[in-house]
Amino acid sequence: MQDFTEPFSLALRLILAGDAELLGIVLLSLRVSLSAVLIAALIGMPLGAVLAVGRFPGRAALVVTVNALMGLPPVVVGLVIYLLLSNAGPLGVLQLLYTPTAMIIAQVVLVTPIIAALSRQVIEDLNGEYAEQLRSLGVSRVASVPTLLWDGRYSLMTAFLAGFGRAIAEVGAVIIVGGNINHVTRVMTTTIALETSKGNLALALALGIILVAIAIAVNAAVGLMRGSERQVAHA
Amino acid sequence: MLRRQFIGMAFALVAGLGLAAPQAQAAERFIIVQSTTSTANSGLLDAILPAFTDKTGIEVRVVAVGTGQAIKNATNGDGDVLLVHAKSAEEKFVAEGWGVERFNVMYNDFVVVGPAADPAGIKGSADVVAAMKKIAAAGAPFASRGDDSGTHKAELKLWKEAGVDVAAASGGWYRETGSGMGATLNAGVGMGAYVLTDRATWISFGNKGDFGVAVEGDQRLFNQYGVILVNPQKHPNVKAGDGQAFIDWLTGPEGQKAIAGFTIEGQQLFFPNAARKPAVQG
Repeated sequence: MQDFTEPFSLALRLILAGDAELLGIVLLSLRVSLSAVLIAALIGMPLGAVLAVGRFPGRAALVVTVNALMGLPPVVVGLVIYLLLSNAGPLGVLQLLYTPTAMIIAQVVLVTPIIAALSRQVIEDLNGEYAEQLRSLGVSRVASVPTLLWDGRYSLMTAFLAGFGRAIAEVGAVIIVGGNINHVTRVMTTTIALETSKGNLALALALGIILVAIAIAVNAAVGLMRGSERQVAHA
Repeated sequence: MLRRQFIGMAFALVAGLGLAAPQAQAAERFIIVQSTTSTANSGLLDAILPAFTDKTGIEVRVVAVGTGQAIKNATNGDGDVLLVHAKSAEEKFVAEGWGVERFNVMYNDFVVVGPAADPAGIKGSADVVAAMKKIAAAGAPFASRGDDSGTHKAELKLWKEAGVDVAAASGGWYRETGSGMGATLNAGVGMGAYVLTDRATWISFGNKGDFGVAVEGDQRLFNQYGVILVNPQKHPNVKAGDGQAFIDWLTGPEGQKAIAGFTIEGQQLFFPNAARKPAVQG
């Protein structure tokens, strides 16, 4: 019978001890995943909006593709980015392999389709409500994109958080392109994989608990941001 | 106004986490060593590398994967030094021009670990080939790495010597996990299957369950580690000077002494032998 109380007490002790090593790993995880999600949002949200309001040939096919790419396997993304960034690959001169930047790139590839697909849905719904009004004001489809994105920002937060959830939780891509190098590219998920492979299951689970706690904290922070801004808006 | 504040908050968050830091790291002096899970997971490299870094100012970044993957990564030029344990594959790597020269570094040995119940009745045996024949005859579960690692290659060689066709038993009593040593040990302990593992990983492994060493002490379980500089003529990015400095240190008196001095629970895990050729080949 496995003892499930030990990982919880271990997690609590790790947090209370404020271990510098663990803190470095947590901060790198946040830096990599938040950077990746922000970049992915800058690409994915306008892309989703264009897919929502645009009328161009191949749009339906593109929508299906973006939706399907939400299911990209992280290992495959990691492998492709590895082959691109490898010294034997076309982008080897950039010397990015085994750096946090390579991890950010891999996660951007993973997360962009998720944000684009969810944004498309949000904007499409919103456009259904607004289209007539915008057209009557003489706003073109393309010109209506910024307005729709801005008005849909609360709903788009969910797309952002879904992307963040994917980025912070994945291990397959970052372990290949980052190499899980101690103090350089070691993040929460690769540490958990490493401790599992060492047979330190309680420690691995404790780190998992901390990872979930961080995800909750980030979600709560975004929720607060959203709440406080709404208050300002209504004041 | 509001919009700017909102976006500003989001960017401040990321900027605060130091998005610009990767550039700062690139300026440091470091080499990348493609190595195996046994050297990294056992804690050996963490224990001995600081002394090298203190002496030379060269940081050593270790990518710990299976020997097969480490050799492929090094072939792609994604590393300066290769530190693995599959002598024939290493010699091929050098012969094909990907590596400069191979040096012996250290050795340890493989052991077969198994459940306390010992369904194949091999506990205490010092004849690994006979033990593997017994496992096959009993149809007792055996968990293999199945990942083209050094340990996997060594295991396949032993099955061949035992005259057992494991491909035919795949999915039956012979189970290929296709993962690292630790993951395979976790799987083996979970399903009561025998596992061939290097002793270093086994001693430092934290999830032994009721498993113990069943077979050890056979000459055929010898496990030699070698170190190779990736050929800078094939890959101009290779930091030949710093990489060679690491190899010289590792195979020199300081590195060898550090390897010998690394123990877990009072047991020495690796035995330095850079100065001489291995007595037996594993």
